[in-house]
Amino acid sequence: MSNVKIKVISRNPEDYLRSTKRDIHKIPRNYDPSLHPLEAPREYVRALNAVKLERVFAKPFIGNLDGHRDGVSTMAKHPSKLAVLASGAFDGEIRIWDLAIRKCSRNFVAHEGWVRAICYAPNGETFTSVGDDKTIKTWKSQVQSPEDEEPLNTLLSMSVVSGITYHRVKPIFATCGEHCQLWENTRNEPVKVFKWGVDSLHHVAFNQIENNLLASCASDRSIILYDCRESGPLRKVVMELRSNALSWNPMEAFIFTVANEDYNLYTFDVRKLNQPVNIHMDHTSAVIDVDYSPTGREFVAGSYDKTVRIFESLKGHSRDVYHTKRMQRLTCVKWSLDNKYILTGSDEMNIRMWKARASEKLGVLKPRERTALHYADALKEKFGNHPQIKRIARHRHVPKHILNAQKELRTIREKTKRKESNRRIHSKPGSVPHVPERKKHVVKEDE
Amino acid sequence: MKVPKKNRYFHNKNDEKQDNADKSADVEVYNVKITPRILKKQKYKEVKNIGKVLRKEKKGKFPGKAPIDPKTLERYSRGEGLEGKGLTHPLHALKWQKKERKFNYAQEQAARAEILLPEDQGLIEVEEGGKTTAVSQKIIAENVDIAAATKIFELNLDFGPYRAKYSRNGRHLLLGSKKGHLAAFDWVTKKLHCEINVMESIHDISWLHVETMIAAAQKEWLYIYDNTGTELHCVKKMDKILRMEFLPYHFLLAAVNEYGFMSWLDISIGEIVGHYNNRMGRTSVMTQNPYNATICLGNSKGVVSLWSPNVRQPLAKILCHKTPLTAIAVDNRGMYMATSGVDRSMKIWDIRNLDGPLQHYKLRSAPVDLEFSQKDMLAVGLGEVVEIYNNCCSQTAEKPYLRHRMAKSISNFKFCPYEDVLGIGTSTGFSSIIVPGSGEPNFDALESNPFQTKKQRKEAEVKALLEKIPAELITLNPFDVMEVDVPSMQEQMEARKKLLHLKPKNIDITPRHKNKGKTTIARKKIIKSSTRKEFIDQAIEAKKLLDMPEKQTAPKKSFGVLDRFVPKTKSKK
Repeated sequence: MSNVKIKVISRNPEDYLRSTKRDIHKIPRNYDPSLHPLEAPREYVRALNAVKLERVFAKPFIGNLDGHRDGVSTMAKHPSKLAVLASGAFDGEIRIWDLAIRKCSRNFVAHEGWVRAICYAPNGETFTSVGDDKTIKTWKSQVQSPEDEEPLNTLLSMSVVSGITYHRVKPIFATCGEHCQLWENTRNEPVKVFKWGVDSLHHVAFNQIENNLLASCASDRSIILYDCRESGPLRKVVMELRSNALSWNPMEAFIFTVANEDYNLYTFDVRKLNQPVNIHMDHTSAVIDVDYSPTGREFVAGSYDKTVRIFESLKGHSRDVYHTKRMQRLTCVKWSLDNKYILTGSDEMNIRMWKARASEKLGVLKPRERTALHYADALKEKFGNHPQIKRIARHRHVPKHILNAQKELRTIREKTKRKESNRRIHSKPGSVPHVPERKKHVVKEDE
Repeated sequence: MKVPKKNRYFHNKNDEKQDNADKSADVEVYNVKITPRILKKQKYKEVKNIGKVLRKEKKGKFPGKAPIDPKTLERYSRGEGLEGKGLTHPLHALKWQKKERKFNYAQEQAARAEILLPEDQGLIEVEEGGKTTAVSQKIIAENVDIAAATKIFELNLDFGPYRAKYSRNGRHLLLGSKKGHLAAFDWVTKKLHCEINVMESIHDISWLHVETMIAAAQKEWLYIYDNTGTELHCVKKMDKILRMEFLPYHFLLAAVNEYGFMSWLDISIGEIVGHYNNRMGRTSVMTQNPYNATICLGNSKGVVSLWSPNVRQPLAKILCHKTPLTAIAVDNRGMYMATSGVDRSMKIWDIRNLDGPLQHYKLRSAPVDLEFSQKDMLAVGLGEVVEIYNNCCSQTAEKPYLRHRMAKSISNFKFCPYEDVLGIGTSTGFSSIIVPGSGEPNFDALESNPFQTKKQRKEAEVKALLEKIPAELITLNPFDVMEVDVPSMQEQMEARKKLLHLKPKNIDITPRHKNKGKTTIARKKIIKSSTRKEFIDQAIEAKKLLDMPEKQTAPKKSFGVLDRFVPKTKSKK
């Protein structure tokens, strides 16, 4: 036995231990699956923990901005400054807020009666407000001298004005009231007036991509589309109940969502108005306002049932619901332009700031933290359909009045379904057809 | 040549070409009606081909990434991918393709990362014609470095047959003797943690999840000690234990006692999660399957049974020998099981398949113990001799790889994880021998780290506790939890019923009057058959509903006058 060559594992501890106490520990890895047994159940447990932690860390409320002496009626985002927000109240006061320090930076009485709507000009240097006193006032965003406090321009309208929106590129804006009117800043009279036999319009919004297109919600339950280059309105779709607000998808030019009085939100495709693309249910009272996130993937809706819900734009049910004991009926909601925060104004004079993703950590993430979160997200997606994980991820605590309302709505819905199916069973085949939910809510489409 | 006078509606443009082709050559021409789908496919193919050509051109200049050995790649495989055959929607198919690509990428990256592993596996090389069996421990000690040679040692202890177990990272050793001697130490530095005599017989010992806790199955009860020898717990619910196994990912201490009671103790919360009699008789042949954390039990009738805490019946049973079993071992990947009986035979089984032994060895005497190493070497204890076989599962090994003879009888042995060492508990102490190539050379520090510091151990303990797998997930196939849950027929029926808003039939269970004339057995039969009939009827009804076409088919294409030649589909009455 002379020619024998033997090799055994003999580790030099120096290769595996850190050299000094200040050094980091050495972590040699080996990805051989036989060293990592029970992969599936371990991943499952990790996913379960991740989803539980997500719920534990779900603390969306950041803070509130108080100062208004009456309910907040409207809000406007600054187009280029994240920290600036303008809000108007029912007593005619407008406040400009610095969101970073959560303080009011400026306040003044702008109108007699309500401030109906505020809108920043696309360059952000001025903003325009409309009120119950039939005036359209343009204000400077920055105040350098005392005369900047006065409105730059005051336009008098013949009728009540209830909404305002700026064109993305051209120096024009549209207001709505009795009719939809197009204005230029330099003129005292509207450039164009769109009429379609409606007594009043209460919300108007320019499309930000197809920037000549605008839509408004009318009190005769209709949604009307206009092109600012044409002389008359384009199209109109009549719903079963009135739509309260409208928001264009900032990424898909042809998609908009309306907040309806019948507790639902409807996403429409401009090219096919005869039926909505999607119906977003879950609110238990009239939906008052809606705003898209800058990614166009999600939107936020505020309702008369005192809750804010976040919907994914392709899904029929909400992803999250926000509520507090003190928050009353919502009047306006906004999604911040950095896609991180949600701002809500409500009846009881407060503006609240929320996180857009309830369990997200604010501030800078360390790389290891970020990879851990990515891993957790991947696991949550992988095991998302497991009943236990699904249950935890979906569960939201809601106030009792919402829970009861949900129960009631569910019974009503079931009742109608049952009745319909009974009717179908007991009548001649084919005489009671199945009508898809999406076709039920649109009354007609006019051109 | 026949030329059609006019282009009529039934003349396809391709027909003409076909006619020409038929005459010109013997080339077979397929007349394909071009549909948008085919066009789309064609386009896709073209685009794909362009990509391929471009890539090929590139290959000439730059060779690209180094190829990976398919065997290495296979090791990191998570199973065959799906081709996405059933996916009808192109969007879903695309999503699936993306996912598949990610899986493949991960597999490739893991295989490529092998180049970073610092250590190589051990080996013995002898001259041609020589046998490795002849290499004794003395020769090994002479041929390895000094540090490795210190791993061959012997402890002469007085308290009778010893059992030995290594901790999970292979750094610590636990000895327990029949006469009550219990010792724990770091066997690399030979630093003693504790040494006590419990003044009772010790039947089995086990490390718990960290090296600060020890479980000892004593004469009456199970005791848990810490690394200084202080008694932490006396678990009186577990008595007269013969064998124990610790399941590290579940934090379960599985044990079987003299009366055939199996118990699983969750050591993180101190609760017994499973406790029942296995009805297999007294047995002390037990091991765990590390692949799925089931317990393998061999009994005196030669039957091996697999157990989980959730089911009171064995998950599987297999008659391995016709004589009482002496030892079982399961390899690390849960592929092979080795069993031995008093008939002096040893069989290797595919534990996932369980039909027919893969190998059947005849030995000189009945093995006392069997043990697989991390690299699938099998140690067989025959009285006073340990034989180590290499590569004996998939093929028949002619000779043992190594043989070690001692002058004392063996009680048990364990391969040390991440070391080329076999530790043997004997009647007069403990001896440690070197088996080159038996251990995994590269450890994963996040899984088990032989060079762990105290702080790292504490952190790892917390992490492990957070990831404790619940006992309910112990099944034969550990990947069960990842599989798609297919609803049963009954569930489908119920879902369908809900969808259609059908009222369930009111079934009155209480009989209106007693059938006095009939015996209970007959009545039971009647009830049974009637319920069965009812279920079958329901199933048929549900099947009908499920088979019902969802929508009315689109109106058929009309060919005008030629409609009568369109084949009619038979309608079932």
